[in-house]
Amino acid sequence: MLDILVVFLLVCGLVFFAGGAVGIIRFPDFYSRLHPAGKLDTMGSLLMMLALALFNLHHFSLANILTSVKIILIVVFVFISSPTAIHGIVDAGVRAGLAPWVKGDKRR
Amino acid sequence: MRSVFLYSGIFLSCLMVLSLYRAVFGPTVLDRMIGANAIGSKTVVLLILIGLLYERVDMFVDIALAYAMLNFIAVLAASRYFQKRKGLLEKMK
Repeated sequence: MLDILVVFLLVCGLVFFAGGAVGIIRFPDFYSRLHPAGKLDTMGSLLMMLALALFNLHHFSLANILTSVKIILIVVFVFISSPTAIHGIVDAGVRAGLAPWVKGDKRR
Repeated sequence: MRSVFLYSGIFLSCLMVLSLYRAVFGPTVLDRMIGANAIGSKTVVLLILIGLLYERVDMFVDIALAYAMLNFIAVLAASRYFQKRKGLLEKMK
């Protein structure tokens, strides 16, 4: 039962990561590429880390609980830091004067 | 269960190759930084997968935490550095 849940969460995380990678390649300009880079990678790492932390609790002991809590704390750190990093890149683009893509422009 | 982790790690590495395309051929410097950030956030998950495969996850979880912090600080420092470079972006328009 636990294995089915772990495999389901792993596949969901891989789907989110795949969407993020395809979005980073296919979107037309710099500002729209930040959307998959910021959101889908964060969600994918949440689902995959949750699956790995659950699988780590197979043998129930104090050391394994500590390792699972550490994995969840990595997710908390990614949830704080990844949107901040993406916001820093947006700020760099705006201050450097990069114009956003409008409909009808050439893809960049 | 081992083979599931192995194949999801291989698939994750293939997705990192897709992000590497943007990091290599991106038209501006900031596009390359997006590609590098995406590769870093995939690497954090891949490190814990490798730790489960080698059954040393208590060691690899610390490496993954350090890598996540390093990725965050590198992207912030690089974006603070490149926001003064106006000529780099306007030449691309």
